[in-house]
Amino acid sequence: MSEVTKSDAILQANGMIKRFGGLTAINNLDFYIPRGKISSIIGPNGAGKTTFFNCITGFYKIDEGEILMNGKPIHRKSPDQIARAGISRTFQNIRLFNNMTALENVMVGQETHLKSSWMGAIVGTPFSRRESRESEERANELLAFVDMTGKGDMLAKNLPYGDQRRLEIARALAGQPQLILLDEPTAGMNPSETAETTEFISKLCNELGITVVLIEHDMRVVMGISEHITVLDYGQKIAEGGPKDIQSNPVVIEAYLGKGAAGNVNLADVGGH
Amino acid sequence: MENNSSQTLWRYATKIGLIAGIALLYVGLIGMLADFNEKELVRKLITLGQVLLVVPTIAASLAIGNFARKDRGEFQKTPWALIPANIYAAILTAIPSLLLLWLSQVLDVRSIFENVNRDWLEIITLDHRRELLLGAGWLLGTLIVISIIISIFAALPKRLRKGLSFGVVVTLAVAMFGETVGFILQELLPEDWLRAIFRRDTIKQGPTLILWIASTVVGLFWAFGSDGIQKNYASQAPKTKLTMVRSWQAICIALLLALPWLIGRSLSDVAVTIGLFILMGLGLNIAIGLAGLLDLGYVTNYAVGAYVLAALTSTGALGMGGGVINFWIVLPIALLAAMLAGFIFAVPVLKMRGDYLAIATLGFGEIIGKLAVSDWLKPYIGGAQGILAIPKPEFFGTTLKNPEQLYYIILAACIITLVVSIRLNNSRTGRQWMAIREDEDVALAMGIDTARAKLLAFTLSAATGGIAGAIFAAKVGAVFPTSFTVLVSINVLSLIIVGGMGSNIGIIAGAFILIGMPEFLREFSDYRWLIYGALLIFMMIRKPDGFIPSKIRQREKQTIRPELVNEVNS
Repeated sequence: MSEVTKSDAILQANGMIKRFGGLTAINNLDFYIPRGKISSIIGPNGAGKTTFFNCITGFYKIDEGEILMNGKPIHRKSPDQIARAGISRTFQNIRLFNNMTALENVMVGQETHLKSSWMGAIVGTPFSRRESRESEERANELLAFVDMTGKGDMLAKNLPYGDQRRLEIARALAGQPQLILLDEPTAGMNPSETAETTEFISKLCNELGITVVLIEHDMRVVMGISEHITVLDYGQKIAEGGPKDIQSNPVVIEAYLGKGAAGNVNLADVGGH
Repeated sequence: MENNSSQTLWRYATKIGLIAGIALLYVGLIGMLADFNEKELVRKLITLGQVLLVVPTIAASLAIGNFARKDRGEFQKTPWALIPANIYAAILTAIPSLLLLWLSQVLDVRSIFENVNRDWLEIITLDHRRELLLGAGWLLGTLIVISIIISIFAALPKRLRKGLSFGVVVTLAVAMFGETVGFILQELLPEDWLRAIFRRDTIKQGPTLILWIASTVVGLFWAFGSDGIQKNYASQAPKTKLTMVRSWQAICIALLLALPWLIGRSLSDVAVTIGLFILMGLGLNIAIGLAGLLDLGYVTNYAVGAYVLAALTSTGALGMGGGVINFWIVLPIALLAAMLAGFIFAVPVLKMRGDYLAIATLGFGEIIGKLAVSDWLKPYIGGAQGILAIPKPEFFGTTLKNPEQLYYIILAACIITLVVSIRLNNSRTGRQWMAIREDEDVALAMGIDTARAKLLAFTLSAATGGIAGAIFAAKVGAVFPTSFTVLVSINVLSLIIVGGMGSNIGIIAGAFILIGMPEFLREFSDYRWLIYGALLIFMMIRKPDGFIPSKIRQREKQTIRPELVNEVNS
């Protein structure tokens, strides 16, 4: 179906099942995320997309199956260990550290790479001072990368919406991840902001070489930049492949628009919510 | 529109007037008015009770002024427009007390409210107890006049208000703490001068007037000139700035070092108590202010520190050290013991958040209290009898037995804690804590080992409490279980809330207000918990960030800096 072979997978899951009481939110899911490319997870509301992200990042423990990162199992690790393994994420409803400055937010994002201890901070060892200085420099560079130069001193909650979205991405990037999971990065944006963000996401992949996984409702974004798309419905994978395959796949169109719609519409015209 | 807004204003005045009226009635019924009336503020002029009598009206008028300023722009143009509403509120304020006055004449109210007595009548009628009608008129008249004065004051420009209120607050503070001020001046001024200013502990009328005028002038200069000073400071070269800051710090440290000599023994004792609470406040702030862990069992650490020091150094029957081990050896042991206790109590509550954490820690505080009086531990820590005969610390051969000397131990402990807390706050660890406080799930997703970071916050916070407990035990010379009740935890929490959560300067101010005031003024200490409660409610409604908020909270309220706006626009 796809031109990517599974040996390229950075992330792979086999027979993943997640139940909440009697409800099976994710049912026997096999998937893979190709390395160094942009992949998307799409599906109607309630299809289990965010649950899927929460399982990968360790917030939910899967009931059956396995998740492999670079061939090593990660599904038994805690969220902070998974972050250290190189997976960063953003959240569907922005979750910044509101009462911290933009700079501090990014500095917390570097957590996975910092080494200084509390004792070092109390004594003021040269190592801890240097690390703190370097961490601040890098945070400023990242803010520049997301076009937020000069806003480092502002509290996250006082930033305009677009900046908050970008700051959340900068914070996720600060951990120097191999894989970044973006949960609806263009939600609530107007068309020109959406276009900017789309371009920015391609830049992440092409310039920084980070594998990107998107959850996205806006089909223009999905079809425009993804090389690999997984479609979920009721917790199951109903299709997988490149944008062209998905767009014309009758099963997918049916999941989105109901029976009988297939053949008459192009999925790229289905807008965001 | 005008009609509508003035209607809202009158409604607000009704509400606030009735609240003030109930407050005035209440302080009368509990006997606070009469008690405070015994304290003369300015000789033969004003008593503390009379100040308390007008406080509800002042507060109501200020509230009305604030309300009008905030929501209704048109009142700004005509300052007189607020006067009718203020008079109305003042009348409402008087009514409940006047009703009680009438009731007390026709019924036997004293069988229910024992404080509705001669003393109450005297204060509420402003010394016209014999002619009640005239007295009622005096009360009403006084409140109305005060409300008019305040309503005019409320219409003044902000800077003028700032300057004028500075004068009043300083004068009031000197008058209230006349005893203390007189005591300090004793060392500095000749006897004759002192006698010209004070009569026993009360300031005379003439000096009060001079003080009021002088402090108002200073206040006005400060209010109108502070911008210039700030600008002047901002225009200095960084090196000069550093020198200025350093010299300020040097002056402060010199003052702190000289303090015991300036204030004498009894005040040094108060300073030590305040210092203990500053120390605990700084410690608890690590858990609450930085990491957002609402710990209501802080007394646990205080008790562990105190009992470890007591058990190891006591020269009495219970002393395990046999009187050989001294304070300085035990201090680190007490610190480690408190850290261990903090650690042990933190482990089971690591997964709890918010209210649940608060309740669980509250329980730990109670457990410690019960352990201290238990029969099980009685052979070691003496049960209800406690541990006696704790020797005073020695320092290179001198026994530090006076409060003036113990002061230096507490000062050193406070400074060290302050430095540690500032350094941690600006470090990776501090940012981890803040992230946990803001959003624990996201902190976890960023790769922070939240369990570890929370344990560290609890443990370091406990360490400070342990030191405070150990110094407390050495200061008192004995420990009893009654010293370690939940009230200690509540006290420390209150001073953090009043001062400003997360703000070190705020905590110091909070300790002075909540711990210092009752020590200086007996009248306050009788009604300590009432004043605490009222203050906490006021803080929650009007100043939820405390009197001196932490820098980050201050920044929140500032408008966005112009250069940023330009950048956003370009």
